[in-house]
Amino acid sequence: MKLKTTSAFLVLILLSTITLFVNAGVEVREFGDATQERRYHKLIDELRCLVCQNQNLADSNAQLALDLRNKVFEMVTSDKTDKQVTDYMVERYGEYVLYNPPLDLVTSILWIGPFVALPAAILLLLIYILNRSKTKPVTLSNEEREKSRKLLAEKDDQA
Amino acid sequence: MLKYLVPLILFVILIVFLAIGLKNDPRYIPSPLIGKAAPDFSLPRLYAPDAKFGPALLKGKVWLFNAWTSDCRGCRAEHPYLLELASHDIVSIVGLNYRDSSQLAKALLDKSGNPYRIIATDNDGSVGIDYGVYAVPETFLIDRKGIIRYKYIGPLFPDEIYGTLVPLIKKLKQEPA
Repeated sequence: MKLKTTSAFLVLILLSTITLFVNAGVEVREFGDATQERRYHKLIDELRCLVCQNQNLADSNAQLALDLRNKVFEMVTSDKTDKQVTDYMVERYGEYVLYNPPLDLVTSILWIGPFVALPAAILLLLIYILNRSKTKPVTLSNEEREKSRKLLAEKDDQA
Repeated sequence: MLKYLVPLILFVILIVFLAIGLKNDPRYIPSPLIGKAAPDFSLPRLYAPDAKFGPALLKGKVWLFNAWTSDCRGCRAEHPYLLELASHDIVSIVGLNYRDSSQLAKALLDKSGNPYRIIATDNDGSVGIDYGVYAVPETFLIDRKGIIRYKYIGPLFPDEIYGTLVPLIKKLKQEPA
């Protein structure tokens, strides 16, 4: 009985840590108005946490992510524009912090690539299909026709 | 022949890109701060909290700025090599004790030696943010004009120190202030 309560207690502790993880980035904050709150959440969703790299600031539990969330909050509530916030981050951590990469020379392949690749693929497919239908159907000479008929007949005999 | 050659060439190109990708270190993110002035700050010093340290104090000198904490493994790994570098007296090493407890930091240095000429204590991590620090240890090399010329992320080992850092320090010392 005692073991059962202990294990139940352990499970409870485990569950509570899980909810802690889920709640990363949900610090209690006092915003001036609803727009500020919306902008804050949009920004921390779009900024990458450099410590965990595949998480954004909103999802990360890293100390740095918390510090940067505080910074974003501070900037949003002091009426800085979204651009000022992202510029602040890019100045320090590079464009890598942006989950939405800007269009420039380096990222142009990323942005334009799909629009080039899809028509190119369709074009290649069309050329392939058209070429295939153009190839002449195979015609057999009389000799070959006779031979194949014989072969087919043999098969029938065996059956 | 062409029918087999084209896919083969495409395959080889793909393999080359994947091979390059394997060698890339995802932890390494090029710092946008290289070539820019080292961000200014004024922080209390670990062993003299009443005295402040800021980059302006070292203007005209080439110096290393090393972000570390007492509980970081990479920092402990590079520690003996920093001590060795400090003993050669080629460059001043300034520490940025990043989001650490001053007590623990002092305890560690008392035990294993202090390679730093000055240590700035960044208790709330705000200077770390200005320098784009995201994974201690990180090391910046700052030239005589106060410009960040080089950044290394991760523990400094002799290969890096004597292969890249020291030659660069010697070169930067030749430049006019």
